Amino acid sequence: MANVELTNVRKVYSSSVEAVKGINIAIEDGALCVLVGPSGCGKSTLLRMIAGLESITDGTVKIDNKVVNELGPAERDIAMVFQNYALYPHMKVYDNMAYGLRNRGMPKDQIDKRVKDAAQILELTQLLERRPKELSGGQRQRVAMGRAIVRSPKVFLFDEPLSNLDAKLRGQMRVEIKNLQRQLGVTSVYVTHDQLEAMTLADILVVMNAGSVEQIGAPLDIYEKPASTFVASFIGAPPMNLVPVTADHSGLVLKDGTRIGAEGLSIPATGSLIGFRPEDLEVSAGTDTHIGGLALDLKVQGVEPVGAESYVYGTIGGERVVVRVPGRSTSNTDDQLRVIIPKQKLHLFGADGKRI
Amino acid sequence: MIQNNPVGRLIAHVILIIGILIVAFPIYYTFVASTQTLQEILRPPLSLLPGGHFWENYSAALFGGVGRIGGVGVDRLLFNTLVMALGIAIGKICISILSAYAIVFFRFPGRMVFFWLIFITLMLPVEVRILPTYKIMVDLGLIDTYTGLILPLMASATATLLFRQFFMTIPGELVEAARVDGAGPWRFFKDILLPLSKTNIAALFVILFIYGWTQYLWPLLMTNRNDMSTIVIGLRKMISFADADTEWHLVMVTCILAILPPIVVVVLMQRWFVRGLVETEK
Repeated sequence: MANVELTNVRKVYSSSVEAVKGINIAIEDGALCVLVGPSGCGKSTLLRMIAGLESITDGTVKIDNKVVNELGPAERDIAMVFQNYALYPHMKVYDNMAYGLRNRGMPKDQIDKRVKDAAQILELTQLLERRPKELSGGQRQRVAMGRAIVRSPKVFLFDEPLSNLDAKLRGQMRVEIKNLQRQLGVTSVYVTHDQLEAMTLADILVVMNAGSVEQIGAPLDIYEKPASTFVASFIGAPPMNLVPVTADHSGLVLKDGTRIGAEGLSIPATGSLIGFRPEDLEVSAGTDTHIGGLALDLKVQGVEPVGAESYVYGTIGGERVVVRVPGRSTSNTDDQLRVIIPKQKLHLFGADGKRI
Repeated sequence: MIQNNPVGRLIAHVILIIGILIVAFPIYYTFVASTQTLQEILRPPLSLLPGGHFWENYSAALFGGVGRIGGVGVDRLLFNTLVMALGIAIGKICISILSAYAIVFFRFPGRMVFFWLIFITLMLPVEVRILPTYKIMVDLGLIDTYTGLILPLMASATATLLFRQFFMTIPGELVEAARVDGAGPWRFFKDILLPLSKTNIAALFVILFIYGWTQYLWPLLMTNRNDMSTIVIGLRKMISFADADTEWHLVMVTCILAILPPIVVVVLMQRWFVRGLVETEK
């Protein structure tokens, strides 16, 4: 059990590419922190720096209040689950799990007990004598987890552990990882590019972009109050709609010149973006102007029924937007819909992309 | 392509059998000759069935000492060749697996320079550098020694490149997992890399053993004493220009004996050998 603290962590590669630009994150003991972001945002590099697989250019990494910058991966008391599981192909499941313990010089009976306990937890007892080749993807994933568990480390590190599984199994394993992490209470850092995984797993969510942290917080806080247009469009599926507006003396103007009622919104003169979640729109039957909200005209371009709900794609003032409606949608292509955004559901972003 | 057509199968089998006959007949004929007396061999036509002098000829060649090569028995030649072939095969594998390990898994200054140096030696086979190598061996006093026979043939770019190619297919995550598991460079090599390279090592061993076994030019230069000859050299020495002067029955015996060890190695390691060439176990 330990906390993890990153202070001003930077990574500059020899080609002077700055992959990680001064990151500060504090993870409490027992929390599951998810690093999420598009590929190339530096999240994996950051994880590997915590693991000790990548050198730290600047700043400090503390595990259990101890600076570990100069320690090798084996000395940091961490365990890592890799994307491709990285099981030793020539070793049986048992040996895969025992290998790290043997290298530490742990007595045989103790190793045996730990491996068997972990196998019990992960329902691997029947498979201990098999080789990785003879296992399914989900089972390999479990073995990789088992290898991490047996070491009872201070920190678990997960590097996109579910991305090689099919969708159904991924959902299942996600729940298992969460339960296991709760049960063991080990501080964990989890890297993923899948926002759904990030939302469901995280105690603390860290959204990264281009080597910097865009926002840190509880998943739902981030969902409800994204700090920037990047976070807004990254978290949530379908993503938040963003429509650029400018203000003049009498109200708001959309890009194509459509005027809409300002309703007391203060928009900076430099222009801004209004954002709204697809599910926060109300489709209004008539053409009435709703009190306490923003009324907009949506031109339908297509409808995607997915069963429980439908996604209506269209344009508002020339910008593409999505609306999520429950059940089946009766809209057809080229219909004109009046949609209302309740004021409290409206997000405003400045021209620099930051939340106002 | 699998055919169920019986005629097609028949034709395929006939062709295969003819092919096998063409390859195997000379060997069989050599064996037949090795069981005849010298007189029978020299008086054509040679019978197509083995004669009755099997034990006589083989024990004479193996333990009796052959006159034309200074009374040294073929057993001694076999032993010399075995030492040389094993030395070359094992030595080459050890050196090349270690150098490939260094080149692939370690970042050190001049890494690429060393890689290219090794690569360039591909262009300099023994035959090209034979004079300077010979001079060095003479200066070191290694003529007529096993070291002299083995050492110059041991450094190998081919095997190094082969191992390098294989090592590069080992996923980086596996290396990192081992690091997290606390395996240092030596442990990683011993516990993970070596077991994974098993099939490659076996395949290389077969190829290199045969390469060493059939060496001709280098042993010819390096050995003067008859008791240090390899079997191929001995065989050459046993054949005289004058037909009647050559103990053909013993030559035939030596031929058969020279073929046997490579066959044994191939048969024993066949399973590994084929796997090493066909698939890379990852």
